[in-house]
Amino acid sequence: MAKKKFVVGCFDDEAVLFPAVKKVRTSGYKIHDVYTPFAVHGLDHALGLRETSLHTAGFIYGISGTATALGSISWILAKDWPLNFGGKPHFALPAWIPITFELTVLFSAVGMVLTFCYLCQLAPFVKKHHFHARATDDMFVMVIECTEKTNADDLKAFLASNGAIETDVQVAEEGWWLGRYDRDEHPFQNKQTVVA
Amino acid sequence: MASIREQFEIPGKMKTWSMALIGVGLVALVLGAVTKGFSSDEHEQAHFWGTLMYNTIFWTLICNASMFFICVSTLAMGGWQQSFKRIPEAISTMVPIFGSITFLVLIYVVVSDKHHIYHWLDTEAVAKDPLLSGKAGFLNAKFFIIWTTLAIGLWSLLGWRMRQISHEADEAPMDQQTGASYIWRSTVRAALFTVWFALTVGSTIPWLWMMSIDAHWYSTMYSWYTFASSFVSGLSLIALWVIYLKNKGYLELTNQEHLQDIGKFIFAFSIFWAYLWFSQYMLIWYANIPEETVYFKHRVQGPYKGIFFLNLIINFICPLLILMKRSSKRNYTLVTFMAVLIIFGHWIDFYQMVMGSLSKEHVTLGWLDFGILSLFVGLMILFVGRALASKPLISKYHPFLKESIIHQV
Repeated sequence: MAKKKFVVGCFDDEAVLFPAVKKVRTSGYKIHDVYTPFAVHGLDHALGLRETSLHTAGFIYGISGTATALGSISWILAKDWPLNFGGKPHFALPAWIPITFELTVLFSAVGMVLTFCYLCQLAPFVKKHHFHARATDDMFVMVIECTEKTNADDLKAFLASNGAIETDVQVAEEGWWLGRYDRDEHPFQNKQTVVA
Repeated sequence: MASIREQFEIPGKMKTWSMALIGVGLVALVLGAVTKGFSSDEHEQAHFWGTLMYNTIFWTLICNASMFFICVSTLAMGGWQQSFKRIPEAISTMVPIFGSITFLVLIYVVVSDKHHIYHWLDTEAVAKDPLLSGKAGFLNAKFFIIWTTLAIGLWSLLGWRMRQISHEADEAPMDQQTGASYIWRSTVRAALFTVWFALTVGSTIPWLWMMSIDAHWYSTMYSWYTFASSFVSGLSLIALWVIYLKNKGYLELTNQEHLQDIGKFIFAFSIFWAYLWFSQYMLIWYANIPEETVYFKHRVQGPYKGIFFLNLIINFICPLLILMKRSSKRNYTLVTFMAVLIIFGHWIDFYQMVMGSLSKEHVTLGWLDFGILSLFVGLMILFVGRALASKPLISKYHPFLKESIIHQV
């Protein structure tokens, strides 16, 4: 994996963050992501993110659950091993609906959780670079990707002029890689220095 | 807020249309009464009174569902409905009007002893019948009349009190203390309505009014099924009025975000309806006991087969697949189409619930049904339009109004 250079700006207020996002985007910088301590309404829109296709994936998983249930039950009970249950027809659709429903829910739920973790690059035994520890606490962290033309110092000054209370430059992995936080970083022995 | 159009003015076209629909309906009503209602043939009589019954019950219940919507939203401390809540309120003013029509029809059926509609009115037959005599404490003319009067009366009264308190918020700005006590008083009134709603629409009223046509049959699921049916069509009716007023340039504070939430309600309650439909059907199909299957026999295998399954397609498959996407719930044209389809579908559902028991040999759907339907649609447009025009469209000083303005899904 290739490492990339990022400029990081930290904000402590949503009301400052929104105009800053807008200005950074209109100035032509590419925002890698904005890390927030909670879900901020309208931020995805301000960042110009496309709508997620997670629900389309969920629909497809659900349909495959329905198909799996109906296909397997009808093959088992009507073709492979027909049994007489209380004189009901072998193809007893109403009796299968609850199971079909359950499998639809199961497939779509499990499938969507896994897809969501994949899209967010979350998994056990996998690491991702954290741009700022306080992004999980009270800070809105905007990460801007640098190209070879970007002047990092100019960009830092630009962010600061738009209300960033803290800026820095980081060279980091943008995706995920195999590893374990507890083994690799010994968070309990090596206390992280957190800027107050 | 200076640019907000607070007062709805009834367009001339709407008046003409509602009058025309009422005219068509009255002609159908009179023709039906002459040829069927007061003829000597019992089947013709049952056809006429049954048609009146399911239409009056359907329209009363879906207008009452509007008030239920307001009350549950109030109880849940909901704020998003504030920008358009005058529409469900205006629709709920129909409850006393449609309620009294329902009352007249039902009381006439009971008082004039129409055994072929309500078999349990026949006291001699009930005495000989162990099942019916066991139900006699509930299914008798006296209880029917008292409970019907109470139900319609209290829906109207408690609904009126909810509308009164809603209009209090039009008058003057509230400070925090007044606001908090205002919310508390609304909560109490909403809770009163909801409890009475549960005791009537949620349980006894559908048993009395419609299930007792099949006097021997019983299903505890029936009332919930009726409630789901009427609630989802009530929500569709609200959606239609919201879109109509948006098209006319009113309701500036209501937008796609609110429409999407109404759409979600319609989507969710269509699935809820299907869940109850299926639960009722599957248990009876599985147990296969003759006393229970009697209800489904002529519906699933007899002349009502087409309507019965069309019902499931219109009311479940279509909303499930069409309203599932976010973009379709935000699309005014598509929501209008679905709302009309769903109201029609549940009207057909009420049709088969009542007429499927009164006319088992053949489907009676025809000019009389659509004529009476047009009478009710006309009355609904006329009176809801008047109710909307009589009050401001926005409750300016409601404490939760801002929540509705910034509502985002």
